[in-house]
Amino acid sequence: MTVAPSRLCVRALHKRFGPTHALAGVNLDVAAGEVHALVGENGAGKSTLLKALAGVHMADSGSMEIDGLMHMPADPSEAGAAGLAIIHQELALAPDLTIAENLFLGREPRRGLFVDRKALRTQSLTALARVGREHLDPDRLVATLPPADKQLVEIARALTQDVRVLVLDEPTSSLTQADVGPLLKRMRELASTGVAVVYVSHVFEELFAVADRYTVLRDGETVATGAMKDIDHDGLVAAMVGRNVEQLYHRSPCEPGDVALQLRSLAGRSLPVDATLTLRRGEVLGIAGLVGAGRTELLRCIFGLDEVASGEVTALAYDGWRSPRERWEQGIGLLSEDRKHEGLSLDQSLAENLWLPCLSGRANRGVLSGAKLEHDAGEWLQRVGVKFRDAGQAIQELSGGNQQKVALARLLAADCDVLLLDEPTRGVDVGAKAEIYKLIDELAHQHNKAVLVVSSYLPELLGLADRIAVVARGDVLPARPVAELDEHTLLNQMTVGRQAEGIA
Amino acid sequence: MKLAALLSKTGLREAGPLLGLLVTWGLFAVWAGGTFTSWSNQELMLLQTAVVGTAAVGATWIIVSGGIDLSVGANIALSAMVGSMVMEDGHGFWLAAGATVLTGCVVGWLIGALVIGALLRVLLAGVSGGLVVWLTAGMGALWSLLLGTGVGTGVWFASVRLRQSLPLTPFIVTLGLWGALRGIAKGLGDNQPIYFETNETLSGLMEPGGMLPPGVWVLLVVAIVASLLLRRSVFGRHVVALGSSRETARLCGVNLPKTELRVYVLGCACAGIAAVMQLSYLQMGDPTTGQGLELKAIAAAVIGGASLAGGKGAIGGTLIGALIMTVVDNGCTKVRLDNWVQEVMTGVIIVAAVALDRWRQAK
Repeated sequence: MTVAPSRLCVRALHKRFGPTHALAGVNLDVAAGEVHALVGENGAGKSTLLKALAGVHMADSGSMEIDGLMHMPADPSEAGAAGLAIIHQELALAPDLTIAENLFLGREPRRGLFVDRKALRTQSLTALARVGREHLDPDRLVATLPPADKQLVEIARALTQDVRVLVLDEPTSSLTQADVGPLLKRMRELASTGVAVVYVSHVFEELFAVADRYTVLRDGETVATGAMKDIDHDGLVAAMVGRNVEQLYHRSPCEPGDVALQLRSLAGRSLPVDATLTLRRGEVLGIAGLVGAGRTELLRCIFGLDEVASGEVTALAYDGWRSPRERWEQGIGLLSEDRKHEGLSLDQSLAENLWLPCLSGRANRGVLSGAKLEHDAGEWLQRVGVKFRDAGQAIQELSGGNQQKVALARLLAADCDVLLLDEPTRGVDVGAKAEIYKLIDELAHQHNKAVLVVSSYLPELLGLADRIAVVARGDVLPARPVAELDEHTLLNQMTVGRQAEGIA
Repeated sequence: MKLAALLSKTGLREAGPLLGLLVTWGLFAVWAGGTFTSWSNQELMLLQTAVVGTAAVGATWIIVSGGIDLSVGANIALSAMVGSMVMEDGHGFWLAAGATVLTGCVVGWLIGALVIGALLRVLLAGVSGGLVVWLTAGMGALWSLLLGTGVGTGVWFASVRLRQSLPLTPFIVTLGLWGALRGIAKGLGDNQPIYFETNETLSGLMEPGGMLPPGVWVLLVVAIVASLLLRRSVFGRHVVALGSSRETARLCGVNLPKTELRVYVLGCACAGIAAVMQLSYLQMGDPTTGQGLELKAIAAAVIGGASLAGGKGAIGGTLIGALIMTVVDNGCTKVRLDNWVQEVMTGVIIVAAVALDRWRQAK
């Protein structure tokens, strides 16, 4: 494509927060009609840049222009009026309102004092059609929508205004592989109507599939920009981390030991429907499946967070359903997929988050010593490579990758033999991902732990696991060695289920 | 600048409220002079803080756990009524005080059990316990209470296998009890106060004298124990975790129903202790006493830095919050300001304290 004059033009943008130089000279040019990939590790300055664009933060110096006009929004509504819309990772929809009400929230078509419901409906249908979701009923409550549709409703809402620059901040992080394709297709279509699309994502496959050009941020600076076709995966990673990531995945040889976890026709209240699998010490067993297939529910049933309706669980030497408390005591730990709500208590300190499952064991005649907890926590945190100031600091001060490492360290500190990991690298940058992969590899293959990993990112499972079992509609298919599998066969099993080729 | 840095240090959550207390006190010291700054007036202010302070310590626990108790005032009235009935029967101070605190605990159990959703078990334990109380009413308040509590407790633990299924929000539960407990308190005395022959220990509790009046010591001991428990015990840390993030606490194996039930029993035990002091202060059982005290207790906790969203709060801060309100009350009286001025001032202080705290955290 020809490089048209820029729709969005950012020049030498600087922003300081106290001693931190969050933006130290960002340049970004996005043309109308292109999809522009914005990449960088967590903490590279992407979110600060987006906040400057959206008017949440004011930049200290530098300039931003949209179609040649100065863009210095004082608040998000000014940014919106200038034609800039941002779709965030966490959806900003009101779940108890209908699709139509969400689409036009704050800008409802009126007839006198009242909402013009008829106009609202027809305008909603038009808006939904623009994202290919015209079959959705505008009067449906947003809470009842699947995640992929919520994402599209949010995009449709942005499009109801005159959007010239659409920024998507990790829109696929809560979507399954099957939903990602259509979303990327919509993005391309939107770009072709003349919108400048900025696409922020950690998933390179998506960037290569959809983006025309890229800009890489590192330490608050633009370090590389160019056409997507002129760079490959490794080149992009090298630009992001400033060095070559030799090998993202680690997998030492696997020597399966004793059975650590055995499920026989396990069924939860709604999901899973039928889960039979065996996990041995010294192996990493991957669980693949679409969102809603029951991957998370499977782990929750094993861990006692969800009820078990029928079937048998044997974990280590313990039969039957046990509460999370008993599971921790038995040496079984769960890493939640929802780090912000469930995985970590964000207001509390690193040490408190780390020790929460085993506080009773750490009390001396019922008395806890804060200093000792923090001191001991420091050792574990260093072992998993968390970058932190002191173990007493609030966990929300850390980046996503470091937070995730704390959540993972909790399982180690509790001396778990069976690790149930639900999306261990969600929202984590490349550098931290590689470290988490290495840690998982060491735990299973050197320290003889049994690891169950749920992930919606297939290359991750294929790179990490020794065997992979697919969950399709609550049905756990027999696990197969990773050597026999590739993305194609997994996707086939995930979408088709037991009837997929190669499964009796 | 240095002061701001000091205040923003996490270890000094109480520093802000403490500064507020000093400023308020200093203001009235200058304004009212010797009548305000005299030792006897300090003693009086501490005494005036004892009841609301003790109740506020309990409220802080409940608020830190992410809950709320709107029935503290009514609970104090009811507990004090039971205590005065025991006094009336001539059982003496210690048994009366015990009965008062026990009543507070029973109310705490009721709130907690409803909050965790053990409806059926509450119904079974409550009805059987209540029936016993009613049947044994002729044996006097003390025996009736003990037998009823015993049977109720027995049924509660015997029915442990019953499904717990309908959690209610603490706001609604205690809003209901706010009315219901007051009603029971009035019913116990046929809408009349209960008078009793007083006893020296009881009346001495809230009388100035010695180094500090006994009531103030009670407040201090309750506060220190509560603060240590909250900061250093496994139960206390579980309560903070529960208030910070319920889901994380559940994931990490914290027994939520047990923890929550205990928080309410402990919080309401504090209300029971406050009721003993109120009883000593009034020298009678008054079913209309303690109105609005629940809001004062919550205000003290909030001025002291507690967050109604849960997870944040310190007993020390709460005491300072309670003292600030007493200083305003007392100081306004000393400079002969009208009642309405002090009410406005207290209101302004509550809002200002929270705004300051937010501002400090945003920095």
